[in-house]
Amino acid sequence: MSDGRDRKERIDRGIKVRSDGLYAVSSLREMLYLSGPRILLIAGLLLLPLLLDPFPYWKRVVNILCVYALLAIAFDFLANCVGLVCLGGSMFIGLGGYFAAVFNVHLHLPIYLSIPAAALAGAVIATLLILPCLSLRGVYFAIVTLMYPLLFTRVIEAFDLLGGSNGITGLDSFPGTNLENYSILLILLAVLFGLRRVLNDDIGLVMHAVKDNDQSVRASGIDVVGIKALAVFIASFIGCLGGAYLAHVYMWAGLSLFALDFSIIPIAAVTIGGGGVLFGAVVGCLILVPLSEFLRFFGTFRIVLYCTVLTAFIVLKSEGLMPYCTRKYEQFERWADA
Amino acid sequence: MEILLFGVINSVTLSLTALGFTLVYGISRLPNFAHGALYVTSGYIVWLCVNTLGLNYVLGIVVGIVATAIIGALMYRLIILRIRGMQISEIIATYAIGLAIIEGLRWGGLRGSTFTLPSFLAGSFEIGGIAVDYQRLFVLGSGVVVFAALGLFVKYTKTGLALKAIAQDERAAMMLGIDSDRKALVSFALGSGLSAFAAVLILPLGSIVVETGYNVLIYSIAVSIIGGLGSWGGAIVASFIIGFAQILTEVFLSTQYQMVISLLAIIVTLLLKPSGIFGKQKELDDRV
Repeated sequence: MSDGRDRKERIDRGIKVRSDGLYAVSSLREMLYLSGPRILLIAGLLLLPLLLDPFPYWKRVVNILCVYALLAIAFDFLANCVGLVCLGGSMFIGLGGYFAAVFNVHLHLPIYLSIPAAALAGAVIATLLILPCLSLRGVYFAIVTLMYPLLFTRVIEAFDLLGGSNGITGLDSFPGTNLENYSILLILLAVLFGLRRVLNDDIGLVMHAVKDNDQSVRASGIDVVGIKALAVFIASFIGCLGGAYLAHVYMWAGLSLFALDFSIIPIAAVTIGGGGVLFGAVVGCLILVPLSEFLRFFGTFRIVLYCTVLTAFIVLKSEGLMPYCTRKYEQFERWADA
Repeated sequence: MEILLFGVINSVTLSLTALGFTLVYGISRLPNFAHGALYVTSGYIVWLCVNTLGLNYVLGIVVGIVATAIIGALMYRLIILRIRGMQISEIIATYAIGLAIIEGLRWGGLRGSTFTLPSFLAGSFEIGGIAVDYQRLFVLGSGVVVFAALGLFVKYTKTGLALKAIAQDERAAMMLGIDSDRKALVSFALGSGLSAFAAVLILPLGSIVVETGYNVLIYSIAVSIIGGLGSWGGAIVASFIIGFAQILTEVFLSTQYQMVISLLAIIVTLLLKPSGIFGKQKELDDRV
């Protein structure tokens, strides 16, 4: 703290002000300023498989990255837009994966039907399972979602359900690696921009209101539990989609789909990337997932690392990278006399 | 008879482990998701003291409890104090700390059944034809003593009364000159110490494995929810319900159902009486 003579002030950049209203379409520069980051993200993601063509291993990492990004988006959506902290993201992955396996192996659905069907079925089941705690505020949601993945693991292991600890093998793989890559990339982009649109719509406003003041939502005659259930359904659909996809990539659905990584990496990614803006989740995954591949040697120590980084970010830089970058992009800072 | 006896012992064990969690939540409204991790840590510290440093067992236990209480206090002071009031961050941070501790211990080599603590009292005796070892009886006795001590502490000491005041109405307590943050620190240290106390009592019955961390967390949460989050009396009643339910499932079904039973109990509680058995005062607070 200085003695108060100087302070930093933030002022919007001229181009930001100009491109706020209708004048955004006045020149190419303004339009580029607005659409630049989006184009960068979309083009970057779509070009990634092409750039990584000589490294087939890293192309697979891109797939896994997209699955983590889907989970992180789901977590971010639930936590920062609706106010429900989900500590068990692996539940969605597991449900989606196992449903995909059952649909594909036992019911012989083709791959392009089994993935959406599994996502839908998993989302319905997850929503029904979570429903009892939705009428409560506070930590109940976190507690219940923390318990489910552990419970599923125990139950499957103990009763030898669904292949027990061996899992279900023999799922169809994707017809080609390009399809494998681009299907998940397109799903990710569609989810990202679609969910953003949902949040900017009326229903998104209601969801934010549920987080901030649920009594006012109720006073407006809107069913809070229904809105929460809808949000959980959307989030679990996204998560289960990732899980079903992952099961088809591995051609296997087993207990490791309920692994802790699927719960903690999305949380860490959202914290690092910045909560509340869905892009932050993707940015966080772009940083964390390649890092975790480099650290594969360390085994479970990686989880310790994530948790440490996560805690450090929460305490020291709670806004995250994405809002920080947005601020730098839209505003400049200067010292001013107080 | 056997069911009754082991049910009581199991229930007291459960309530001992859950006490730390429900105490912290009751006083400062902080869900301590690192509870199970602290439980395992204290056991490991005692093991280190006894086997590596070669300390006396009793001294090791004291060191373990004090060290865990200090870890809890530090955790509050360095991390949780800064994010107090932001519930999402509180949940994520305590969960992350807990995971870091548990997975760190796993990575650091806490695997298998090589880590055991000796029991205080060897041998067993018979009640009505059932052999009960002294350690379990000791757990029973000290559980009762801890509950009584805690009750007296809250009723008759200044700190205890202050803690109670904060649990009931934080703002009014602050107006009366009670430092809410410092008392929350005390409650965190006390809760961690209690979980360590439970650990040194209970761990000699088995071996120290990291998975216990998750189990302890889940069962303490189950007990606290069913009893009403933050209600001590409710926690004790709930641990008797869960404790007997566990023993009954073990006898009539199999051990694998234990976790299913406690989750079912949580769901049923949330559906029928969301504030738990004894959580009257928070009924309006927690419901949408």
